[in-house]
Amino acid sequence: MKTITKVNKDDVIIKFAGDSGDGMQLVGNQFTSNTALRGHDLATFPDFPAEIRAPLGTVAGVSGFQLHFGSSEIETPGDLCDVLVAMNAAAYKSNIKNVKPGGTIIADISGFDKKNMRLAGYQETDVLLVNSASTNFTFFQVDITKLTVESLKEVALDAKDKDRAKNMFVLGLLFWLYDRSFESTLAFIEERFSKNDMVKNANSLVLKAGYHFGETTELFTNQYELKKAVQSPGKYRGISGNEAIALGLMVASSKASLPMFYATYPITPASDILHFLAKQTKTFNVQTFQAEDEIAAICSAIGASFGGSLSACGTSGPGMALKAEALGLAVTMELPLVVCNIQRAGPSTGMPTKTEQSDLFQSLYGRNGEAPLPVIAASSPSDCFFAAFEAVRIALAFMTPVILLSDLYLANGSEPWKYPEYNALPEIKTRLLKESKEKFEPYNRNEALVRNWAIPGTEGMEHRIGGLEKKDGTGDVCYDGDNHHHMVKLRAEKVANIAETIPLQELSLGELNADVLIVGWGSTNGSIRTAVKELLLEKKSVAHIQIRYLFPFPKNLKGILEKYKTVLVPEINNGQLVKLIREKYLIDAIPYNKIQGQPLNVAELKNEILKYC
Amino acid sequence: MEVEKNIPTLTAKDFESDQEIRWCPGCGDAAILKQMQNLLPSLGIPKEKIVFVSGIGCSSRFPYYMNTYGMHTIHGRATAIATGLKLTRPDLNVWIITGDGDALSIGGNHFIHLLRRDLNVNILLFNNQIYGLTKGQFSPTSTQHQVTKSSPFGTDDKPFNPMTLALGAGASFVARSIDREAKHLQEILKAGQAHTGASFVEIYQNCHIFNDGAFSMYTDRASRKNAALFLEHGKPLLFGEENQFGIKLDGHQPKIVDVKHEESLNDLWIHDESDGIKANILSLFFETETFPRPFGIIFQKSSKRDIDQSQPYKEISVEQYNHLLGGKENWTVL
Ligand code: SF4
Repeated sequence: MKTITKVNKDDVIIKFAGDSGDGMQLVGNQFTSNTALRGHDLATFPDFPAEIRAPLGTVAGVSGFQLHFGSSEIETPGDLCDVLVAMNAAAYKSNIKNVKPGGTIIADISGFDKKNMRLAGYQETDVLLVNSASTNFTFFQVDITKLTVESLKEVALDAKDKDRAKNMFVLGLLFWLYDRSFESTLAFIEERFSKNDMVKNANSLVLKAGYHFGETTELFTNQYELKKAVQSPGKYRGISGNEAIALGLMVASSKASLPMFYATYPITPASDILHFLAKQTKTFNVQTFQAEDEIAAICSAIGASFGGSLSACGTSGPGMALKAEALGLAVTMELPLVVCNIQRAGPSTGMPTKTEQSDLFQSLYGRNGEAPLPVIAASSPSDCFFAAFEAVRIALAFMTPVILLSDLYLANGSEPWKYPEYNALPEIKTRLLKESKEKFEPYNRNEALVRNWAIPGTEGMEHRIGGLEKKDGTGDVCYDGDNHHHMVKLRAEKVANIAETIPLQELSLGELNADVLIVGWGSTNGSIRTAVKELLLEKKSVAHIQIRYLFPFPKNLKGILEKYKTVLVPEINNGQLVKLIREKYLIDAIPYNKIQGQPLNVAELKNEILKYC
Repeated sequence: MEVEKNIPTLTAKDFESDQEIRWCPGCGDAAILKQMQNLLPSLGIPKEKIVFVSGIGCSSRFPYYMNTYGMHTIHGRATAIATGLKLTRPDLNVWIITGDGDALSIGGNHFIHLLRRDLNVNILLFNNQIYGLTKGQFSPTSTQHQVTKSSPFGTDDKPFNPMTLALGAGASFVARSIDREAKHLQEILKAGQAHTGASFVEIYQNCHIFNDGAFSMYTDRASRKNAALFLEHGKPLLFGEENQFGIKLDGHQPKIVDVKHEESLNDLWIHDESDGIKANILSLFFETETFPRPFGIIFQKSSKRDIDQSQPYKEISVEQYNHLLGGKENWTVL
């Protein structure tokens, strides 16, 4: 028996990387749910290759999954990893720069043979996996492929299928390293391969073989232990941003007692919302429509909205560009609609599998004429649920299209979520009008300047609305200059009135009298919070707010901003929120921009903030 | 569509809105509007269940003049907007009013996809072979070499053949009528409405301001009998002043024959609305100088779509929602 040393850790970042066909996403997901069940807090982020079937063994074909877990609050999937699992030379090449100094690399040496080295773009003479003072990493070289095949010698699968089970070996090995039970994965295998006994057995065998290898090999002498995170009591689940948006829209439409219509055109990274909702159509009051193009998607949503549905669209930047004209129509017809923009790196097609938050200006200004509409942003995968719920509330309360901003990082990232009970969520009011004592006029308004919503089928309220300028009240076509001036002002005021119904801006971290305020929006929340928390521990005078309501801003935002000597605005774009703040409040806010298709790097952000405190 | 009980008898007047009509006096659009207002009372559909959706163009002002629900939307998108409305509200009677520029140019994509999907709506394409509202540019149905404001030396572009386009897109009801033939127009509109599935009606509409007389050969006394072929299901294809000409099929080649002297009526092509192949041949008369232009129902078949499966609002329990919120895998922290 070897002697095993138990090593305590506060948090660990593991990156699983391999060829697209190596099953790394599955390993990542299995290890993640095991980690969550174990009671750790966590955040994950997968990164897929842009090509669906990039050539085997090349850097372009590397698929990765990063998991950050720990015993205290985890805000991001992390910058640099402690452990890299590299299934081949290409996976090693594309990830080695993201391993912490002193980090651990577990490599499948079958993936580092001459051919794989060549495919990854290395010279045959390059020497990679060597423990030395200069490399500063600890390498564990395991012939995972060979061990997998050996553990299956009694099984009558062909060589290729045996090979494919090697991800289970990795998973088993990691379960041992982190002293986990593999029961949850056994149950998963049981369900996943219930139709194929042979494959089911093979996967279970290999999973156990990986675990037992860890137990017996002299290679590993440490096992890592983490305390449970202190989490508030309740029911938890894992959730990704796209799934959370889908759920938020569904539950909100039900809270408004409206059927939901989701119209969209396939686009990365928004399509998972459609996939999720399409599965619910038989059971819930949800209809999905895959339109012929982005324009048809939003137009059909407008049609459904006229008919009395809660309509929503999902898209990304290029699709938003195509939806601009129809958004203007929804603004002037004053119909409720939620458009989710899952942002990605632009302009044009840009980098479809990389994240960015560069569509803020497009959301605010990307339409012809004066066409103001509310814009809100989600700040974490689970927060996408509440952001979507809120978008629906605003759309229905104010009879307006709403843009909900998420991005690829939130969409594909996941975290544990203390999910709410249905009954704990508020009801949502609509402006539906079923009967009226007076003669119905489509553009009669309440005190918040919101019109009524009379839908076809309602007797006595037949009316026509359209894209032409209309007379307030009656809605009759009207080209009068004074009326137009009035209507432009009125539509703007209606949207401004939303500020009366949204929560005041709260400080996320730090004090009101600190030296520096970090102002973020959207998916940068995790990185900024991590950086600011660390700086606060270092006794720096810094505070943080994350703005959800980007248009209109919360009423107290100005008051908060004015309290600080320095206002620093980090964004994954070339400076957009910072310009809004400067323009609106005449505050000398300072931009900090990283536009590399990646979430903000915490260490870099900390260094930037340190310049000011 | 199921006719509802206890609806008050409506008249054409009930379908007139309080809006002043802004088309040029004498515009063919007004004649079509009149036929629509005459038709609707006979359908037995309550006013509040009817929706007119239009895009942009002269014809697209139509919904403003109908005292029903209506949307005057953006250029080319009426078809897409109506798609969302009909998908979510199969109980409604939806009419799409569009023009040659609106449906075939800027909205071409939505037009073909609506026909492919075969939703139970009516599409009326007012074809005047010109852009009227923007004051006289050539449209996708303008004739080749037509001189317009934007083609002072004649356009090189060939016109679309809307019938073949619609058939190619999988339309289940394809018909043509003309603004000046009030009775024919009303019959076709009625047949389109009775059809379950998307009904496409191309209506030749005279724009006497920018393209006057584009269809006069089908309306002028002197020429109409020779230029137009009025189709009737089960009847032979006959035209000419005294119906002296007939059309027969020689293999797949149509041929004009003299019925009085050469051929017996029995050998003529008998119109069968359900025959898709013959419908395509009929639609191709458009491309020739020799054959008359067919009017009437060119093609009609029952729709393959599961139509009007109106999904009633489902009762969903709190447990179902909690289950949804909890996902596949969840755990409790004590
Ligand atoms: S321009 Fe032509 S189509 Fe338009 S309203 Fe006048 S006559 Fe009718």
